[in-house]
Amino acid sequence: MLNIPCPYCGLRNETEFHYGAEAGVGYPDPNTLSDSEWAKYLHIRANPKGWLPERWVHFAGCGRWFNLWRNTVTHEIGPAYLPFTTQPKAPDPDSNRDRMEGAKA
Amino acid sequence: MSEISFSFDDKLYKGIEGEPMAAALLRSGLLSMTNSIYHDRPRGVIGLGVEEPNAIVQLVSGTKESMLPATVIEVVEGLAACSLTGVGALPQMPDESRYDKTNCFVDTLVIGAGVAGLSAAENELRAGREVLLIDDQSGPGGHLRHLGLEIPASLFDVLHHKNLTYKSRCTAIGLYDQNYVVAIERRTDHLGEAAPASRARIRVWHIRADRVVLAPGAFQRPLIFANNDRPGIMLSHAAATYVAIHRVKIFRKAVVVTVDNQGYRDAVRLHREGVAVQCICDVREEAGGPGVDAAKAAGIPIHFRTTCVDTTGGEEGVLKTVILQNLDTKKNFQIDADLLAVSGGWTPIVDLATHIGIKPKWSEENAAFVVKHSTEKLVTAGMLAGDFGGDDDPAIFFGPELNKEQSLRAYIDLQRDTTLHDLRRAVGAGLSSIEHVKRYTTIGTAHDQGKTSGMLTIGALCQLGNISPGDVGTLSFRPPYVPVPFAALAGRERGLLTDPIRITSLHQWHVEAGAVFEDVGQWKRPWYFPKPGESMEEAVRRECIAAREGVAVMDASTLGKIDIQGADAAVFLDRIYTNMFSTLPEGQCRYGLMCKADGIVFDDGVTTRLGKNHFLMTTTTGGAARVLAWLEEWLQTEWPELKVYCTSVTEHISTIALVGPKSRQLLGELVTDIDLSKEAFPFMHTRMGTIDGIPVRIARISFSGELAFEINVEWSYARYIWERLWSLGIPYNLTAYGTETMHVLRAEKGYIIVGQDTDGTQTPHDLNMSWIVSKKKEFIGKRSFQLPYLKSSGRAQLVGLLTANYEEVIPEGAYITIQNAGADAQGKIPHIGFVTSSYFSPALDRSFALALVADGLGRMGEQIEIPLGKKSLRATICESVFIDKENIRRDS
Ligand SMILES: [Zn+2]
Repeated sequence: MLNIPCPYCGLRNETEFHYGAEAGVGYPDPNTLSDSEWAKYLHIRANPKGWLPERWVHFAGCGRWFNLWRNTVTHEIGPAYLPFTTQPKAPDPDSNRDRMEGAKA
Repeated sequence: MSEISFSFDDKLYKGIEGEPMAAALLRSGLLSMTNSIYHDRPRGVIGLGVEEPNAIVQLVSGTKESMLPATVIEVVEGLAACSLTGVGALPQMPDESRYDKTNCFVDTLVIGAGVAGLSAAENELRAGREVLLIDDQSGPGGHLRHLGLEIPASLFDVLHHKNLTYKSRCTAIGLYDQNYVVAIERRTDHLGEAAPASRARIRVWHIRADRVVLAPGAFQRPLIFANNDRPGIMLSHAAATYVAIHRVKIFRKAVVVTVDNQGYRDAVRLHREGVAVQCICDVREEAGGPGVDAAKAAGIPIHFRTTCVDTTGGEEGVLKTVILQNLDTKKNFQIDADLLAVSGGWTPIVDLATHIGIKPKWSEENAAFVVKHSTEKLVTAGMLAGDFGGDDDPAIFFGPELNKEQSLRAYIDLQRDTTLHDLRRAVGAGLSSIEHVKRYTTIGTAHDQGKTSGMLTIGALCQLGNISPGDVGTLSFRPPYVPVPFAALAGRERGLLTDPIRITSLHQWHVEAGAVFEDVGQWKRPWYFPKPGESMEEAVRRECIAAREGVAVMDASTLGKIDIQGADAAVFLDRIYTNMFSTLPEGQCRYGLMCKADGIVFDDGVTTRLGKNHFLMTTTTGGAARVLAWLEEWLQTEWPELKVYCTSVTEHISTIALVGPKSRQLLGELVTDIDLSKEAFPFMHTRMGTIDGIPVRIARISFSGELAFEINVEWSYARYIWERLWSLGIPYNLTAYGTETMHVLRAEKGYIIVGQDTDGTQTPHDLNMSWIVSKKKEFIGKRSFQLPYLKSSGRAQLVGLLTANYEEVIPEGAYITIQNAGADAQGKIPHIGFVTSSYFSPALDRSFALALVADGLGRMGEQIEIPLGKKSLRATICESVFIDKENIRRDS
């Protein structure tokens, strides 16, 4: 049960949120893209092992969208930030090392 | 301590209130408690707690819960239980006990109230933190309880500290991300009849802790040898505890087989209680320490480099003789005994740690997997952290070499009756991963989840592959740590409280009118309004005819309604809908279709322009929340520059649909301040007015294809308006109709229901709705229409079907094939689509359907077949509008 820091409401349980995949993938100008570029926008998102900036919406709370660093392996939560603001740096990749090792095994 | 009586397998037993049922049964001499599930072998208690794989019982009294270890049931006056063989029985009656849940936020959660947990709690309290201490036993102390020792005074004070809450009988069942722990607290079973009726039997705790200390302790391991499952063979710590603490005086001669000093300590305890310990067999070459010294002082013979290879049984398979072997000379010798106490080392309870992905590490020193974890958030303590206390130097040993015959009766998982032989077969089949072996052999898949068998499996794999346990790795455990009744997880959310029920302000009228309801999402909607003695078919026919020939009324209040305001509202709707809304004049309505970015139709509905910067959007009943979320997502994450504000007003506005050729006349009797004439009030226009002084907004919107008016009124006035209509409607034979008639009427007109006539792969073009796709502006999804796969042939397209047999209604969802389609090479009949909506139309006096058919729009007039098992229906593909193609009725 992730403990997610809503920038408006503070820490809340994961069950109050909906996930919105990778953050920072803006809606492109559809008419400047080739078919394959457009299809990539529609269907392809990053899925790295480690820290990923993600979009979340506090649907059962304030209803606001925000961005959040989350570690896809250890499920650690990093800083949250509002859309259209500067993205904070990714947290230390070596934190919680034993769980990273566990995931590799 | 008061003596009580309880029954087991219909026999009365005496016990001491609160002691484990297993102790009371053993004291009465019941060694053989049940037979094993597959091999039908007699089995008895081997352990002390939740690790027990044999002595599993079903309650006959109270909740009749099954699959409970007799080692954890606290006996109480009147308790009744019976043995079971691997499988419990579900009680026939619902569980009427109360269950609840609670949320808890705490600085530090300590799991385990043994010495390690209490010491950790003391440190946390000293650091000024608030502590919740939970433990699955009936009291604190952990192993001290088994030893009959008091908690040291300093730690006893911890329990009474004002910043500490201690919960007994509270088992952590899952550790989740960011220190979220779920625990179950058993609150009434131990009280028996004295339990207050108002008290929840089990309380589920949802705990979020800033810090978690894991001090769960450890289970003792058995050893693998032939016939290691006989009643009379027990874990040494359990045997010594039953004998010393629970006064079980049924054993006379014991043999202790050990790999560590625990065996010596337990041998000494047995000896002191008058059990004649014949010998201690230790696989090690030598041993030292207080336990060993005490055993020597007690005069117990000690055989080093010796272990047990086999046993023989007497009456009911109960242990009679222990066959021992010198590991160097391989010479066997045997000793008669009625108790074989085995100590295979300790297995720390790593379960909770592995729930969040922590990988336990093999410790040679402990001969065990341990988790040494110490971060700001999570700390392990006690045996889990490798702190076994004292003088021990255990051997890494799981059992002697056994031949095939012996391996067939050398049990690893007692609950699953899986043996060393099964494990060898798994390895012989090429399996090496512990997770694969588990699934192949079923070891560890019984309801104890391998608490005693997991490590034995790893050990046996090591011996077979000549590798170290660290190379095999542990099983990954999943919550729950112990079985949990579904009733506990459901808590109070049962029956009517399972899910919210949404009703309109007209609901009570519908109930009084005898409506049959259907669930649409969480909404209760009238399905049809049968008159006394009327079938559904008859009611729907009557309702349909009234709507097409007279006047009928429907509660459409469940439609999703979103109020959209702001300077950029029109621009925003242009981007959301495939068609143009900025050109919509004030006071008019327009049907709109919205797509996702991939070009697939997502929702539809009528949006009304109430003012320059004010729109009211309607959505499908089920789509309201989804659509509002969609609008918000775009506004918040892509177009923050747009000044637009969306508010759900579904439950603010009731909508009454008045439908039929006589609707204008009837409404005219009620509304006097709006000119309802065709010329003054055309289709898709809206007018503000009043009914008896109540403000209403009337709209000429039709979901039936008939002349129709929607009366929109503030939610709480709806019943008044409806009643007024109803009394004025008597001369008109005003008829109330439900969702079934609504469906027939809309399908006759070819109006789609997104989600019923679409399957999540249709573009507007596939629905023959190209007319609604603007070429002049950008909107979400437009670019995707250029993608080759949305333009290619073979796409499922919406068509109508006219049945060959007018009487027969095709089942919705039925597959469609070409006529006389033969089977292909694989024996399959290729289908070209399926039926999405299908009804009998009273207006057409025939059955008809809507369907999604590959390239359907190019197949007009084609005969198709609907194979239904042995029979086959025929139909002709046609356009999807069946009634009033020219919209004369609608616009009249
Ligand atoms: Zn929030």
